[in-house]
Amino acid sequence: MITKRIIPCLDVKDGKVVKGVNFTGLKEVSSPVALAEYYSKNGADELVFYDITASSDGRKLFTDVLRETASKVFIPLTVGGGINGLDDFDRVLKCGADKVSVNSGAIKDPSLIESAAKLYGDQCVVLSVDIKRVNGKFTVFSKGGRVNTGLDALEWIKRGVDSGAGEIVVNSIDTDGVKGGFDLEMLSAVCGIVSVPVIASGGAGKAEDFITLFKTIPKVDAGLAASIFHFGETNIIELKKLMKKNGIETRI
Amino acid sequence: MTVIVDYGVGNLFSLLCSFHAVGENAVVSSDAEEILKAERIVLPGVGAFSDAALKLSKSGLDRAVVTAAKNKVPLLGICLGMQLLFDESYEYGVHKGLGLIRGKVTAIDDMGGRLKIPHIGWNALKIKDSPLFKYIKDGDHVYFVHSFAATGCFKSVIATTEYGATITAAVGENNVYGCQFHPEKSGEVGLKILKAFSELKKEK
Repeated sequence: MITKRIIPCLDVKDGKVVKGVNFTGLKEVSSPVALAEYYSKNGADELVFYDITASSDGRKLFTDVLRETASKVFIPLTVGGGINGLDDFDRVLKCGADKVSVNSGAIKDPSLIESAAKLYGDQCVVLSVDIKRVNGKFTVFSKGGRVNTGLDALEWIKRGVDSGAGEIVVNSIDTDGVKGGFDLEMLSAVCGIVSVPVIASGGAGKAEDFITLFKTIPKVDAGLAASIFHFGETNIIELKKLMKKNGIETRI
Repeated sequence: MTVIVDYGVGNLFSLLCSFHAVGENAVVSSDAEEILKAERIVLPGVGAFSDAALKLSKSGLDRAVVTAAKNKVPLLGICLGMQLLFDESYEYGVHKGLGLIRGKVTAIDDMGGRLKIPHIGWNALKIKDSPLFKYIKDGDHVYFVHSFAATGCFKSVIATTEYGATITAAVGENNVYGCQFHPEKSGEVGLKILKAFSELKKEK
């Protein structure tokens, strides 16, 4: 059977890896290429690069890093951050990305999902959604979790899937950076309404959090995390051994 | 030298790099002459079958690929490139393939909505004896992304995987091979398959 995927996520700024805690306070960890090679050799099933650069100079550095990574790392590579149009899809796909993750760009222009899916296939379009509870309602935030869009998260995700998004990344702002475990309530709600793969993000603090995630919500396909992997707090191979011991299908 | 056929479908950068990583001198080409002179040919592909089949025939490269395959040049179709090797596909209508391997391409059964389609992710291979698999073992995992799969090709199946039912993961018939999964995205296991393919030679 298909295995549950473990996906390290690398936030890249000006060609270097950084990780925000609750989206602020950036700490440099390592070179994206070196880190990607390390993860690929040590059990990562896939990698996500988020380009959090604002300047065009930084963007050029990012595509250089992407190209170098894609020439050395042979597992699926998803790229997000600053994807606002089809030309952005084209730019990162040409540098070796396999999937492209859209977030704020799709909120600004929802037709982007459909036009990208038509051009590159559903499997290429990942809808990443930053969600926070507002008055008990799952609400979509944009611009790296800073702006409340007022959109209902479940409606937005449904619309995205109907438009052709092939995978959904659910990033809970409420649990992100807190390291208290994934947002099980939010993830169950999303898994209940979509039939495409769902990737859980935000909140992983230890290996057991992934076990709880996959045991509680068998419909979740993958777990994504950054800092617990970057700082060596959790080793992916050890995590996968633990998954296997708990009867969760995994690739070791 | 291995020639990767460029007929305007998808990005071939990773595929090219993966051959270089196993020490194979590969090039991307849309030149029929070059394809006909190749020692080995790779037919890639992503997206919709009808669109890819149309692009391949419009480019005229379909004839070069079929001629080379009939001349016993090792050929590897990857993902949609594998599906194109078959007689026909039932992806949104009926479309003709290259007819190099008997069989057809049909939608994966979602088991009444129980399974997610596309089949995305790492799945285990059940392999038969094949030159393509000389460096890998039964149960090794590879990366899949597809909604359609080859059926009715029992004799040429060299690997299967389980997703609700048994799915054709790879085929091989004489010098013509196909992988439904992406070897160029399947880590070390995928590279070992590409290395094995790179060692295949034209049958005399």
